[in-house]
Amino acid sequence: MSKFITSSIGKKVVMSLSGLFLMTFLMVHLTVNCFLFAGAEAFNTAAHFMVTNPIIKVVEPILALGFVVHIAWSIWITIQNMMARPVRYNKTNQGKNSSFASRNMFVLGGLVLTFLALHIANFYVKIKFTHEIGAVSYAGVEMHDTYTLVTSLFTIWWYDVIYVIGAILLGYHLSHGFWSAFQTIGFSNQIWRKRLTVIGYIFALVIAGGFAIIPTYFYFVQ
Amino acid sequence: MTQKINSHIPAGPIKDKWTNHKANINVVSPANKRKLDIIVVGTGLAGASASASLSELGYNVKSFCIQDSPRRAHSIAAQGGINASKNYQNDNDSVHRLFYDTVKGGDYRAREANVHRLAEVSGNIIDQCVAQGVPFARDYGGLLDNRSFGGVLVSRTFYARGQTGQQLLLGAYSALNRQIAKGGVKQYNRHEMLDVVVIDGKARGIITRNLVTGEIEKHSAHAVVIASGGYGNVFFLSTNAMNSNTSSAWQIYKKGAMFANPCFTQIHPTCIPVHGEQQSKLTLMSESLRNDGRIWVPKKMEDVEKLRKKQIRPRDIKEEDRDYYLERRYPAYGNLVPRDVASRAAKERCDAGFGVNETGKAVYLDFASAIDRLGRDVIEERYGNLFQMYEKITDDNPYETPMQIYPAIHYTMGGTWVDYNLMTTVPGLFSLGESNFSDHGANRLGASALMQGLADGYFILPYTIGDYLSNEIQTPRISTDHPEFNKAYETVREKITKLVNNAGKRSVDSIHKELGHIMWDNVGMARDEKGLTEAIEKIKALKKEFWSNVKVPGTSDEFNQELEKALRLADFIELGELMARDALNRSESCGGHFRVESATEEGEAKRNDEEFAYVSVWEHAGDDKEPILNKEPLVFENVELKQRSYK
Amino acid sequence: MNLKLKVWRQKNAKAKGGFEIYNISNISPDTSFLEMLDILNEQLINEGKEPVAFDHDCREGICGMCSLFINGRAHGPDDDVTTCQLHMRKFKDGETVTIEPWRSAAFPVIKDLVVEREAFEKIQQAGGYVSVNTGGVPDGNAIAIPKEDADEAMDAAACIGCGACVATCKNSSAMLFVAAKVSQFAKLPQGKPEAARRAKAMVAKMDELGFGGCTNTGACEAECPKGISISHIARLNREYLVAKLKD
Repeated sequence: MSKFITSSIGKKVVMSLSGLFLMTFLMVHLTVNCFLFAGAEAFNTAAHFMVTNPIIKVVEPILALGFVVHIAWSIWITIQNMMARPVRYNKTNQGKNSSFASRNMFVLGGLVLTFLALHIANFYVKIKFTHEIGAVSYAGVEMHDTYTLVTSLFTIWWYDVIYVIGAILLGYHLSHGFWSAFQTIGFSNQIWRKRLTVIGYIFALVIAGGFAIIPTYFYFVQ
Repeated sequence: MTQKINSHIPAGPIKDKWTNHKANINVVSPANKRKLDIIVVGTGLAGASASASLSELGYNVKSFCIQDSPRRAHSIAAQGGINASKNYQNDNDSVHRLFYDTVKGGDYRAREANVHRLAEVSGNIIDQCVAQGVPFARDYGGLLDNRSFGGVLVSRTFYARGQTGQQLLLGAYSALNRQIAKGGVKQYNRHEMLDVVVIDGKARGIITRNLVTGEIEKHSAHAVVIASGGYGNVFFLSTNAMNSNTSSAWQIYKKGAMFANPCFTQIHPTCIPVHGEQQSKLTLMSESLRNDGRIWVPKKMEDVEKLRKKQIRPRDIKEEDRDYYLERRYPAYGNLVPRDVASRAAKERCDAGFGVNETGKAVYLDFASAIDRLGRDVIEERYGNLFQMYEKITDDNPYETPMQIYPAIHYTMGGTWVDYNLMTTVPGLFSLGESNFSDHGANRLGASALMQGLADGYFILPYTIGDYLSNEIQTPRISTDHPEFNKAYETVREKITKLVNNAGKRSVDSIHKELGHIMWDNVGMARDEKGLTEAIEKIKALKKEFWSNVKVPGTSDEFNQELEKALRLADFIELGELMARDALNRSESCGGHFRVESATEEGEAKRNDEEFAYVSVWEHAGDDKEPILNKEPLVFENVELKQRSYK
Repeated sequence: MNLKLKVWRQKNAKAKGGFEIYNISNISPDTSFLEMLDILNEQLINEGKEPVAFDHDCREGICGMCSLFINGRAHGPDDDVTTCQLHMRKFKDGETVTIEPWRSAAFPVIKDLVVEREAFEKIQQAGGYVSVNTGGVPDGNAIAIPKEDADEAMDAAACIGCGACVATCKNSSAMLFVAAKVSQFAKLPQGKPEAARRAKAMVAKMDELGFGGCTNTGACEAECPKGISISHIARLNREYLVAKLKD
C-alpha cells in the first residue's frame, strides 16, 4: 500500500470513501429528522436515543474526522489540479461536455460547508455547549426539547430560505458525488454507470428534498 | 544480371530457400551484439517492429521519427486488414496460394523468392500480434475472424474493425516502448534524417535535423536501416499523411542506393472524391467495403445529368438502369477485383461521361442490397467507423445514400532496391517496408502492406542484418568526427541556408501542387510516351523554379514547418522526374502502370514479358547527369506467366 | 464563408505568447478546418508574415497528431471528430473562431499551436505493453477470447493519443489516456499476467509528470474523438486498487 494515499487515484479513493461515509450519515440524519412530522414526543425521543446511544458516541468523532478528511483532501486535490494547468484557456465551453455540478464540486462543497457552520451554530453548539435549550420529560425520562428548538428556528423566514438553499446545494453536490464515489472505487461499468447515475440523482433528490421540506413545512404549518 | 546488382537469392526449391538461407547465414553472439549500433529511420510497422526486435536481440538501436511520437507513423491509417495464410476458414488457403495470389496480383513483376518468404512468415505475424494484445476481431467462439479482400478467392484477412493498421502499429509501438524503457532503444522524436553518411563504401550514420530546435546532428552506427515509407505525396494529393515523404529514400539514392521501379504506384479505387482546389489531402475508404458494397454508375446519360443537377437521388434510379460495371466486366471476382483493375474501370466509366458528381469524377459504392440482406446492424458492426468518417467529411449518410468514390494515389510499390537480405546496393544500408520495392511487383493486393512491413521488421531483417554485422564485430564504435560526417553535415547546412535565404515569391505548397498536377496528368492512371516526355521537361523546369523562386519564411534554427516541407519537396521534384523516366522506359502495361500504347482490345493492361520481365534499377550518376538504368531479370520458376484474368 | 480568426501565437517555448486576429474570406463550407488554416498560412506567407505552426499529419482522424482548442472545445464544435475531420460547415459565416493550443503543465507549447506531448510517451514506456519478445509465441488461435472481451478491449485500444482528454479536462488529467491502455490489456488474457504491475507503473508515471487528478466530470469522454468511455477509468481504478491492496 506504499504511497497509495498520495497517488492521484489514492487521493480520490479517500474522497470517495469519506464521501460515502458522509452520505450514510446524511441518510441517518434525514431519517431522524423525519420524526419531526410525527410530533414533539416522537422527535425528542428519537433525538434522545441518538444522543444517548453508545454507538453514536463512538461514531461521532469518526464522523467529525470524515468531514475533516473530506475537506482537507478536497483542498489538496483542488490545489494540485489547478497547478496542472498554469496557463488558462481564453475561451472555454465546458457546458457542452460536462455537468455544472461535476465541474464545481469544490465550490459547492465549500458553500455546503458554510451552511454547515451555520447549522452547527444553530443546533449542535446550543445543545452541547451553550445549553440554550429547554427540557421535557416523557414517561419519566428527562430529555432536551430539541423539537421546540428546531421548529421555533423555522418560524424565521430567512432561516428557512438559507436551509432550503443549503439543501439544494447539498443536492447538487450529491448529484455528482454519489455516482462519482462509486466510479472512483471502480464499482462501475457501461451498465452500472447508467444505473448509478439514476440512483445518484434519486438519492440527491431525496436528501435535498427531505432537508428542504422540513423548514418549508414548519414555516407554513406554524 | 549486371555486376552492380546481385539479388543474392538462395539456391534450391522455393519452399526451402528461406529455411536454408537462415541455416547458412552468420549470427552475432550476444556479447558482440551489445557492441553494435543500428540506426533505424522511421517508426511505422516496419521500423518500429525492426527497432523492437533488434533491441530484444541485444543490439543498440537508435530510432528516429519526424512526428512527436512513433505511434503517428502513417501505418496507423491502414484500415482493412492484414493477410496471413492461416487457413483458419478451411477454404483451402496455403502458403503457396498466398504466394501465388501475390505474384499474380503484382502482375508478375515481383521477385518470387521474396514473395514466398513473405507468405511463409505471414502466419507468425498474426501469432506475434495476438501475443502483444492486438484486439483482432473474433467470432463468438472466441477465435479469430477473417474477411475477404480484392484479388483473392479465399478469406485470409485478419482485422481489427476498420483500424487494423492502428492496432498493429500500436502493437509494434508497445514492443518499441518496452525496449525504450529497458534502454535498448534510444528514441529520437521530431528528428528528420537529411543525409546518410557512407564511409569506405559502407553506411555508417546519418545527419538529422532536430525539428524543434533546428539543430543539425550527426549520428553514427554500424548499420543504417531505412523504413521511411512510400512516396505517394509526389502527387500532392494522395491518401498519404501530410508529412509522408521520400527524402530518406532519395538521400540514400544519391549516395549510391539504387531505386527500383519508381513508376509502380498504386491508385486505390475507393477514395472520397476531390471537392475542390483548396483540398489538401484525400481520404481512403477501406477496400473491405467492397466485400459488401456494389459499385455502379447509371446506364443512361440522362440519369447522370439529372444526378449532377440534383434533380434525382441515386436511389431513384431503377435497378435495370444501373451499370454494375465491375460485376458486368469481371463476373468471377466482381467488386473484388484487384485495385488497379477497379481503379481503371472507374476511370473508364468517368472518362465515358458517367461520373455521378459535379466534377464527373465519382462512382457509387452502394450498400443498399447488403443492408437488405444482412440488416443495418451487421453493416454497422462491420463498417461503422468508416461510415461515420465518410459522413463527417461529405455530410452524406451512407446508410441511406450510396457513397461516392474515386481512385486516388495510395501506395508506391517501387522503392529502394534491396537484395534478398533487404540490403540496398550500399553495404550496411537496409530498406524495409514500403520504402523498399521487393514484394508487390507492379500492384499490391489489399492487406498486404501491413503483412510486408511486419514481416520485414519482425522476422526477416533481424536474421539478415546479423549476417552483415557478423563481419563488423571488430569495428569499434564509429566516430562522428570522421571527415565524411563533417562533409555531409556541411552539405545539409548549406542546402538549408540556401532555402531560408532564397528571396523567392512562391510558397512551398503552391509549387508542390504544380508538381502534383504534372504527375497526376502525365504519370497518373494512364500514361503515354508524349505525356511522359512532356512531364520530364516540365519537372526539370519546375526544379529550376523551385530553387530560384521558393519562399521559406522563418529561420533555420527554430521550429519551421515551411522549411521541413521545402526540403521534402526538393526531393519529391527529383523523384518525380525519375518516375516519369521509368514510366517512359517501361512501354508495357503492368499492374498499376498503365501505358495507353499497351492495352488489350478490351482495354485491359497488356504486359510484355519478353522485353520487360525485369526490375528497373536506377542508379544515380550525378546531379546533372541522366540516371543509369540497370536491370534485374525476373525469373519465374514456380508461377506460370499469364495474362491476368479476373473474369 | 468569411471568418475572423483569433489565433494564439508564440515564437517558442520560452517566449510570451498572445492572440493575433486574422480575417479570412471565401472559405468553402466543404473545406476542412486544417485546410482553412492552410489557406490562412498561404495568405500569411504571401503577406511576408510567418505562418501559424500547428501539428497535423494523416488528416483522416487516426494518427492523433492534430490538436487545437477551438472555440472552447478540444477538436472544435463537432462531436466524435479530430480537428482534421472538422469541416467549416460547422461554423457560421462571419463567426469569430478562437484557436488555442492544448493547455496543460504536462504539454508545454513548442510554438504557436504546437505542444510537446512527450509525457504520453513516458506513460506508455512505463508499462503500456505486454512483455513478449518477437518469436516463440503460441498460435493466434491457441487462446479463445470471448468476443465481448475482445470488443471491449478494442473499444479501449481505439485511443489515438491526441491528448484531447487532457486538454479538455478541467484538471488536465490523463486518466482516460492511461485507462484506455490499462483497460485494453486487462480485458485480454495476454495482458493479464502483468496487469497489476502495469496499472501501478503507468499511474505512478502519470502522477510524476504533472497531470491533474480525475474528478469524474466525464468531459474527456465527451470530447474524445474516438468516444472512449470513462467506464475504462472505473476499470483502471479497480485494477489499481486491487494491485495496491496486494502490495
